Amino acid sequence: MWIRMLTAMLAATLLLIALLSANPEYRLFMPGLLEGAVLTVEITLLGAVLAVFMALIAALAKLYGPLPIRWLSTTYIEIFRGTSALVQLFWLYFVLPQFGIFLDAFLVAVLALGLNIGAYGAEVVRGAIVSVARGQWEASIALNMSKAQMLRRIILPQAFTAMIPPWGNLFIELVKSTSLVSLITLADLTFKAQQMNQSTLKTVPVFTLVLLIYLAISLTVTIAMRLLEQRTSRGLTRGRVA
Amino acid sequence: MNDMPMVRFENVSKRYGPLTVLDNLNLDIGRGEKVSIIGPSGSGKTTVLRMLMTLEAINDGVLWVDGEPMTHMMQNGKLVPATIKHIRRIRAKIGMVFQSFNLFPHMTAMGNCIEAPITVLGMKRSEAEERAAELLDMVGLSAKKDHYPSQLSGGQQQRVAIARALAMRPKIMLFDEVTSALDPELVGEVLQVIRKIGREHDLTMLMVTHQMGFAKEFSDRVCFFYQGKICEQGAPAEIFGNPKNERTRQFLNAVLEAG
Repeated sequence: MWIRMLTAMLAATLLLIALLSANPEYRLFMPGLLEGAVLTVEITLLGAVLAVFMALIAALAKLYGPLPIRWLSTTYIEIFRGTSALVQLFWLYFVLPQFGIFLDAFLVAVLALGLNIGAYGAEVVRGAIVSVARGQWEASIALNMSKAQMLRRIILPQAFTAMIPPWGNLFIELVKSTSLVSLITLADLTFKAQQMNQSTLKTVPVFTLVLLIYLAISLTVTIAMRLLEQRTSRGLTRGRVA
Repeated sequence: MNDMPMVRFENVSKRYGPLTVLDNLNLDIGRGEKVSIIGPSGSGKTTVLRMLMTLEAINDGVLWVDGEPMTHMMQNGKLVPATIKHIRRIRAKIGMVFQSFNLFPHMTAMGNCIEAPITVLGMKRSEAEERAAELLDMVGLSAKKDHYPSQLSGGQQQRVAIARALAMRPKIMLFDEVTSALDPELVGEVLQVIRKIGREHDLTMLMVTHQMGFAKEFSDRVCFFYQGKICEQGAPAEIFGNPKNERTRQFLNAVLEAG
């Protein structure tokens, strides 16, 4: 039901972009904007991979690590959640060179955004793990599983389903945060738009198209997450008692 | 070693803060013996099972299983607190069935029964499936092996849980109020399975139950717990027919009145 609605919205958005592009006023900007969109998507995808990786590590470390590791993980989470993503980007890109560490702008973008979303994600993962019923742990102990076996086979698969919707939110947040990378010289969608706007002053076509392209990317993310949720909730859905 | 009981609680105490749940418990359970634990809620009877399954740590005493200490281990002739490795070696001899079934919801009935044999015992998948099929057949659920827990009734889920526990080939089975969460008409099918296991398997069985009729007919011995201690124990005929202790009498009267 939801998926059909979302797909219809995505189709409408793409159709609108196509219709607008029929107008030469708009078509002019499309190649440049699409080029920027490719970079936006690249940063989103790599950032998402890093975010999921960091979130998983940080959540497990915070829950089950020895004390120093728990401290380390909490410090990471609080620093990256508690400061602005823009400042994190600036810090990695403009401050680190002062200490002799020069990172490529693209790498900085993926690192900063991935670490930032990963810090939020760590709490999502932790919450999902904690919300798995205590009886599931007890049954695993009664079957003499090791802690690692319990987590891998019993707890994480159930937590996974619970964390998909909040991850959907975070990924959309990530898509939108990528616009910040325009401020560290990367030619993403927002950067291209500003550049074109400044040189042509065609504000309406430029920012209308940008808006629609961001919406299309976000809707695609939402649909993908919905499909994933549907696939993994097998057996976990309520109300199917024979 | 074989003259040791299958399970021995030696001066075991359990406290939650200022509250003493079990007070210096001494209890032996023989090989193949079927023991029922009865008593009012809060008497510590479920805690006995949970400590034996290592779901609760004990505060004092030593727990022995099959002639070896489980909560402790021998080091230079002295008992020291056990490592997790030691606990897992001993714990392998114990299986447990819970009041709320606790099946893994993301796995089918068959999946539930082969999970631990494969991951913990390292069995081959085909071998584990063969064994699980036998057990599901024994509990009368061959036809439901590909169903998920959410597609099964409470009684069916509990029977899968019993098959799952047996798949690990335990020597001791613990049943913690396994029919309390079931609709009345589903209690019989689960008790039927437990009877069958008692007959066909050479298992030591320890159960906490509110089914007095079943405890009377099935067990070799009944222990009545009251306020963290064994108040009275003996053969079922004795406990139910001629209770000596005033508390036991009061409890049994209250239970019988409730129907």
